[in-house]
Amino acid sequence: MLDVKNIKKDFPIFKNHENDKKPLIYLDNAATTFKPKSVIDATSRYYLEDGANAHRGDYDLAYHVDKEVEKCRAHLASFLNCFSREIVFTSGTSMSMNLVAYGYGIKFLKEGDEILLTEAEHASNVLPWFKVSETTKAKINYIPLDEEGRCTPEALRKVITKNTKVVSIAQVTNVLGFKIDIKEMAKIAHEYGAILVCDAAQSAPHMKIDVKDLDCDFLCLSAHKMLGPTGIGALYGKFDLLKKMDPFMMGGGDNARFDMCGNVAYLEPPAKFEAGTMNIAAIYGFDEALTYLENIGLENIENHEKELRNYAINKLKELDNVIIYNEKADAGIITLNVKGVFPQDEASYLNSKGICVRSGEHCAKLLKDRLKTVGTIRVSLYLYNDKSDVDALYEALKNGGNFLDAFFN
Amino acid sequence: MLSLTNEMKREIIMEHYNSPNNKVEDITKISNFENFRKIRMDSDSCIDDITIYLDIENDVIKNAYFSGVACAISTASTDILCDMVKNKSEKDALYIISQYENMLYEKEYDSEVLEELNAFSETHKQAARIKCATLGAFGISKILNGENDE
Ligand SMILES: Cc1ncc(COP(=O)(O)O)c(C=O)c1O
Repeated sequence: MLDVKNIKKDFPIFKNHENDKKPLIYLDNAATTFKPKSVIDATSRYYLEDGANAHRGDYDLAYHVDKEVEKCRAHLASFLNCFSREIVFTSGTSMSMNLVAYGYGIKFLKEGDEILLTEAEHASNVLPWFKVSETTKAKINYIPLDEEGRCTPEALRKVITKNTKVVSIAQVTNVLGFKIDIKEMAKIAHEYGAILVCDAAQSAPHMKIDVKDLDCDFLCLSAHKMLGPTGIGALYGKFDLLKKMDPFMMGGGDNARFDMCGNVAYLEPPAKFEAGTMNIAAIYGFDEALTYLENIGLENIENHEKELRNYAINKLKELDNVIIYNEKADAGIITLNVKGVFPQDEASYLNSKGICVRSGEHCAKLLKDRLKTVGTIRVSLYLYNDKSDVDALYEALKNGGNFLDAFFN
Repeated sequence: MLSLTNEMKREIIMEHYNSPNNKVEDITKISNFENFRKIRMDSDSCIDDITIYLDIENDVIKNAYFSGVACAISTASTDILCDMVKNKSEKDALYIISQYENMLYEKEYDSEVLEELNAFSETHKQAARIKCATLGAFGISKILNGENDE
């Protein structure tokens, strides 16, 4: 397992809450993650030292900012194993998905075409496709999940047809935490002439991704879920696809020239998609977040989470009052309920013990028909969690039926 | 009114959560439902999703019901409010709600009129629950202020 005591020292938020009345046990990493000091410092460094806009290279400071932005782009490209020109900065996964849906989906899909999703997708990988469907009359269908809620290549093979143009799925689903075999899915999609869009919001922070090996056509991620700042993320796209797709935001920085007769010459990707001033400070921080993850090693992170998850599952299974919905899942996500207690009541009880978890539908609204519950509690682990966090959760859940204790203490 | 101990408050909440008096599965089973005014309150930050129905005649609330799913705090507070606004004038009902909100937001309030709603006097200690405790109250006051879902 990782040396969590030392890792925690890199995250100032833990120290800043050391003297609180209750401990800070953060188990909501699927929502967002804490930031190491190196990331926070890099973000400040932009404001403290560099300060200029990007793409405005007439003076030293501006030139330096451009270099930093391109350094982060190259870093992310090597992190994912692709070319820099295939990395578009966005505000995060949601914007990346919308960019694919508008820039590719609306441009190329038409009536009779089909988009394949699953019931386990996050709203950000569903609603943009609803819009594509509404605009182009292409149909949305769902790849059936197996009994446990997993999406398999065999299931895709059963439903895919010549009309399928887009298959868009999460590599790790945010409610159940199953890891999907994207490489095999992409292969099947390509056999039928469809593209594969991969939502990597919940996978990129926790496992090594090689987009060339996966052979996905697009991949979306958010920095804030991988120790980076909020408000920055990326879209990876195969260069020929990026070239032919449209920007969905137009403006300064994305065109070479235009005239008032409506003629525009757009820049090449990725600049074509990066109109307007970006979140430059966050790009500085994102670069450091990648460095931090690489220094620890994604494989080590994945193994740490796996071990911690096993420990948690074995321990929580001892509790008769706890229902676990995804015992067999792969990622560090555990979805559960305390019998007879509404998830939100349980989550506020856990909050009174200093334990941060998410209650609710976790945006996968379509899934609730499958789990047969209106909501769940989601526990999600990361590299700064250890067995003591799981032990605290265990102790709290043991008494979880008395959830109103929180209300009267 | 007697001051309530925490134990009594807890019992009131659990009682109204576990066996609410005014919760219905299917409003169409209630006679005259076509004439009820209703509003759907689905919270943007949680899974609470309830619909409140008021049967109002000549400015008097004849009956109050709700349906849907919600946490203990939302369910119990909505159920108690439904009990309390029955057979009250719109004006009196709005007064109760205003005093209830004053209590939740730690302002001066008239605890006499709140009856069982006094069980929620500790809500401010778990500020995230204020939203739950006010879901039903907001719904009822919206209806009384003229809103009505189709
Ligand atoms: C699977 C998945 N996709 C997309 C998103 C949206 O990410 P963001 O809010 O950073 O755009 C999330 C975030 O919760 C997610 O878990």
